[in-house]
Amino acid sequence: MEATGIAATSPAALPRRLQAQSPRYGEKVIYGLLAACAVLSVVTTTAIVISLIVPSIQFFGDVSITDFLFGTDWGPSFEPASFGVLPIVVGTLSVTFWALIFAIPIGLGAAVYLSEYASPRVRKLIKPVLEILAGVPTIAFGYFALIFITPQIQKIWPGHFLGGPPLIFSVLAGGLAIGLMIVPIIASISEDAMSAVPRGLREGAYALGATKAKVATRVVFPAALSGIVASVILAISRAIGETMVVLIAVGNTPQLTFSPVKSVQAMTAFIGTTATGDIPTGSTIYKTIFAVALLLFLMTLAMNLLSVRLVRRYRQVYE
Amino acid sequence: MTAEFDPRSARAQVAIAGAKGVTAEVLSTQPRKDVIRNTIFASLLFLAIAIALAGLCVLVGKNLVDGWSRLNLDLITQNNSSNPAEAGLRNAIIGTLWIMLFVIGMLVPLGVGAAVFLEEYGNRNSRLIRLIEVNIQNLAGVPSIIYGLLGLAFIARAPLNLGYVVLTAAMTLTLLVLPVVILASREAIRAVPASIREGSLALGATKWQTIRRQVLPASIPGIATGVILAISRAIGETAPLIPLGAATFVTFTPGPFTDFTAMPVTIFNWVKQPQPEFQALAAAGVLLLIALLVVMNSFAIWLRNRYEQTW
Repeated sequence: MEATGIAATSPAALPRRLQAQSPRYGEKVIYGLLAACAVLSVVTTTAIVISLIVPSIQFFGDVSITDFLFGTDWGPSFEPASFGVLPIVVGTLSVTFWALIFAIPIGLGAAVYLSEYASPRVRKLIKPVLEILAGVPTIAFGYFALIFITPQIQKIWPGHFLGGPPLIFSVLAGGLAIGLMIVPIIASISEDAMSAVPRGLREGAYALGATKAKVATRVVFPAALSGIVASVILAISRAIGETMVVLIAVGNTPQLTFSPVKSVQAMTAFIGTTATGDIPTGSTIYKTIFAVALLLFLMTLAMNLLSVRLVRRYRQVYE
Repeated sequence: MTAEFDPRSARAQVAIAGAKGVTAEVLSTQPRKDVIRNTIFASLLFLAIAIALAGLCVLVGKNLVDGWSRLNLDLITQNNSSNPAEAGLRNAIIGTLWIMLFVIGMLVPLGVGAAVFLEEYGNRNSRLIRLIEVNIQNLAGVPSIIYGLLGLAFIARAPLNLGYVVLTAAMTLTLLVLPVVILASREAIRAVPASIREGSLALGATKWQTIRRQVLPASIPGIATGVILAISRAIGETAPLIPLGAATFVTFTPGPFTDFTAMPVTIFNWVKQPQPEFQALAAAGVLLLIALLVVMNSFAIWLRNRYEQTW
């Protein structure tokens, strides 16, 4: 009886019965509001791109792109002004280089230790401390570089070695402070990648007679490599974009040098010292700031896209 | 006929002890070179983590030694001044509080709203959702000084033209830390099992009622953790405020609609002063800032571990 009752319902009536009795305008309003929140991120990116590109296009109307990218003389506020961006790009890259020289061995060592060697108790103790290190404000690292790292470098640097003696502002001091700052990024993301390596791989290697060090270096490390590389790329992007440390400890001397103990100007330091709020919109120096910022944005964007892609790859393999 | 194996029997005990002995003997004949290599490797790893922790300790210790003489109540009860003997962080702390009030007011609805949309309404395969996801990941990696330039070009000047006020600083910092809240909230919302939602919907609740009464309350600890981490990041940021006119030496007490100042900005100004008295003051200020952020972060981490729910 009942079965025939259902069958008797005309098919056209069925969809109506599944829908809500009232139109639910409130639900639609909420949907719209939530969608607006999510779309805000796209609006932000668009605003960043527009605010960087419009003054940059005006800038490249005054200065040719090749002069900008390959010029070796940076003095946009001097008379006559010169707009060769290479000295400050090299400044940024050499600070990043010294940061990585410090942070990669320390960060990866800490990651392998936490993932493969530490007992659960030790890990529970050390991981939060690393997270605290990640929460220290950047100005603290900059100040630390100036008042602690610089005097130490000046004390132990062997005379004229590599362009010494070291000055009050130096690439190395800023680089080491940024290195300490990015250790938690490398350590925690790499540790996640290593912990995601299935136990079976480790046990298989042990069963074949491998020692613990061999399991860590020849099994776990290669298996987690894409995550490890992603963590390093993310750290590079953070080091390139760091402003306060270079502003405080590396100085503002735009010169093309590879010496670790000379003062240079990094790209972010140029922006930080020149963009101070009272700068007139549309002036050449205003446009220069945005051209440098556009270059910085493109450098970090490339790093981030690469890192996101690598992280996705290692997730797909083991989850 | 074989007897059932009883691990507590005397014969089994003897066999187990024998097996243990053989295993131990095989393992102890591990080549000496391997043993030495292993020990060196392990100690190098330990050295790496010790250096990182020592760096943190020296950083705090150096500021403690340098700033000890200025670590007293005057640090938080005196306004900033060009006379280092009288200068303090009072107006900077009030400025930071105003900025944070506005940041929280914008950050929580925008961040949680975006996370709810992406998790509950978004179709995983739609182009728009994928675009938003990649976009948020990239925004998280944009250098903070570029947000400062965005604030300068878009918020302080035309089109929004708000000037260099507390609201401008708050909007800039909100955009900067929004990805942190969105990512944390999404994880928290995703962790709520589908059965909770289905139960609520089956009882006749609408989608929004389900989200508001079931999903959001269950994900509050995760969301709160993200919000606290985001706010502590916003408190410590100096770089995005520099293009917004923060480099000037502010000695007055900011209100909600005046020019702004903030703790890291004032400390940065002290760092730049040549007098040694200002250096002691800067060290004490850095210490206060670190202490504040460490307390906030520890609370967030504790909250995450304490209320981590397994369904």
